Amino acid sequence: MDVLVCVKRVPTVGGAITVSADGLSVDTRMSGFTISPHEECAVEEAVRLAERFGGLVTVVTLGPAEAEEQLRSCLALGASAAVLLEAPGGAELGPAATAAALHSVAADGGFDLVLLGNEAADTGDYQVGIRLAHLLGWPVATGIKALTVDDEGTSAAARREYRGVTETYELPLPCVLTVREGINLPRYPSLPGRLRAKRAVISRVPVSSAPGGGLRTTALRVPAAARREATVLGHGVDAVPALVSVLAELGVLS
Amino acid sequence: MTVFCLVEVDGGNVVDASLRALTLARGVAAQLGSGLAAVVFGEPAAGDLAAYGVDDVHAVSGIDGYAPQAWGRVLAALADGAFAVVAAGTDRGNEVLAHVGAITGLPMAANCVAVSAGSGGSFEIVRQRWAGLLLEEAVLDVPVALLTVATDAGAAEPADAPGSAVVHQVAASLTDGDLVVRAAEAPAGAGGASLASARVVVGGGRGVGSADGFGPLDELASLLGGVVGVSRVVTSEGWRPHTQQVGQTGTKITPDLYLACGISGAIQHIAGCAGAKHIIAINTDPAAPMMARADYAVVGDLHAVIPALVKALRERPSRAG
Ligand SMILES: Cc1cc2nc3c(=O)[nH]c(=O)nc-3n(C[C@H](O)[C@H](O)[C@H](O)COP(=O)(O)OP(=O)(O)OC[C@H]3O[C@@H](n4cnc5c(N)ncnc54)[C@H](O)[C@@H]3O)c2cc1C
Ligand SMILES: Nc1ncnc2c1ncn2[C@@H]1O[C@H](COP(=O)(O)O)[C@@H](O)[C@H]1O
Repeated sequence: MDVLVCVKRVPTVGGAITVSADGLSVDTRMSGFTISPHEECAVEEAVRLAERFGGLVTVVTLGPAEAEEQLRSCLALGASAAVLLEAPGGAELGPAATAAALHSVAADGGFDLVLLGNEAADTGDYQVGIRLAHLLGWPVATGIKALTVDDEGTSAAARREYRGVTETYELPLPCVLTVREGINLPRYPSLPGRLRAKRAVISRVPVSSAPGGGLRTTALRVPAAARREATVLGHGVDAVPALVSVLAELGVLS
Repeated sequence: MTVFCLVEVDGGNVVDASLRALTLARGVAAQLGSGLAAVVFGEPAAGDLAAYGVDDVHAVSGIDGYAPQAWGRVLAALADGAFAVVAAGTDRGNEVLAHVGAITGLPMAANCVAVSAGSGGSFEIVRQRWAGLLLEEAVLDVPVALLTVATDAGAAEPADAPGSAVVHQVAASLTDGDLVVRAAEAPAGAGGASLASARVVVGGGRGVGSADGFGPLDELASLLGGVVGVSRVVTSEGWRPHTQQVGQTGTKITPDLYLACGISGAIQHIAGCAGAKHIIAINTDPAAPMMARADYAVVGDLHAVIPALVKALRERPSRAG
């Protein structure tokens, strides 16, 4: 089973997000880069499928030349090949153009499955996977937190929870799935994995497509922190009577 | 020309996230001098819709249950000639609008918190990035705006004057393949209570210490008619399933009360609970960021405070009803 996984290089966010002086990007002078936990899980899921069925896991990213770093960490986790779609100047192309660029790799690789994150950690557009599926003409399910592939490798049962209900989607392969953290616990890279990743050759493909007619970002800002004035009700069990009164006041006691 | 809003109905009622979407959609319609129409798959819930100023209700038949691409196909047909198509920023809302975007070739702006519509098809929007830790201001120049509305920003407000909510039956016109992917629904475990829509969430973090440590929190949650939510430490330790995780990579909650116990308040956690109306934090560390984000704080050991609180609630003389 050959699986393609799409990952995106994003800043590592620790204690706070700060915006650069021009107000148009996240200040990354103090941060490293990573991929989102959803995408890490997508890589892990793909590697498990390749271990079970045989076949190759290819990771692809559209981004700046430096995104090679994220591809190598995926290779260390067990992916076998990596493609870097190099965007001009590392520009954000927007979800439609991103899907089109990913399609160029997904369409002629003979893949049985394409995995993405449900949403990118940074832009959170919630759509690249679905746009890619439409370009491929393949079925798609999103937000998946449990996946079962039948022994023949011809169909998948993909599950997510929605409003207290488990939704199960049956999809014929090939298909596109966007996954979420929780679908598995990703492994740590092994030493041989890391060595292999270091040596691996990454195919680089220049992308010419211009940002395509979507949103024109004018500014980024950190929302005013809803810092509330915490009233300290007390210390330890002595606070319980005050706590009960507050619960009553908030109307949550029946 | 109309502003359409996809409305999700659960148990005969319009879900809260859709009421927020309707509130934003009504504002956009007012700016454009246009009508507001709801699109419903299943029961029309016309009473709720009238209260939110809906003029026309398009009740779609011919699709059994949830089929994302089929829902998208129906909305794409309605979008032709509309000002905007709006949906809640739920799993379903974002998914269906992305299908509409893919079918029509239009851009889609996810998780908007504010939209103002200028003349000539130009929309100024503010939307969430980084799960709401960052806001993006953007301009969208399009014939039809496809927008989803963040589930944890803004409030649901009924209209000053109710709409007429005239129900029109719409027969879905689908193409091959639209029904290949559809949800088979089954109640989830634990009574199927929903974290995303719970009115009370009792949160537990590393401070709870173990899977067994959650006993008193479960008890408190059931006394308050709520559910338990947890931090990522708790799910990666395997104390609780990931479906209960609150935060950037978990669920966004919008309860009336979030009672955060033994949770430090990392920004990735705050991203999931910033939409709570009220927050009470219980923490041994008075300087924990969660305490600064709370309306009320108790400094202390949750293993003492929660059992004492449960006991006090059980012994309350005035438990009405
Ligand atoms: C990309 C990314 C995504 C993430 N997504 C999420 C997410 O979705 N959700 C999420 O929660 N986190 C997420 N995180 C993790 C987040 O950064 C924090 O690590 C996590 O939220 C910390 O969990 P915690 O508060 O339970 O633990 P800690 O930070 O260790 O805090 C434990 C708290 O409990 C208090 N405490 C200890 N003992 C007691 C006691 N007996 N009584 C009372 N208080 C006590 C301590 O004082 C402390 O404040 C993410 C991180 C990354 C990098
Ligand atoms: N530049 C990119 N390169 C590779 N994959 C991407 C890129 N942008 C988005 N994706 C994939 O699409 C998913 C959804 O992204 P989005 O629709 O932008 O929120 C992400 O989790 C990634 O798996």
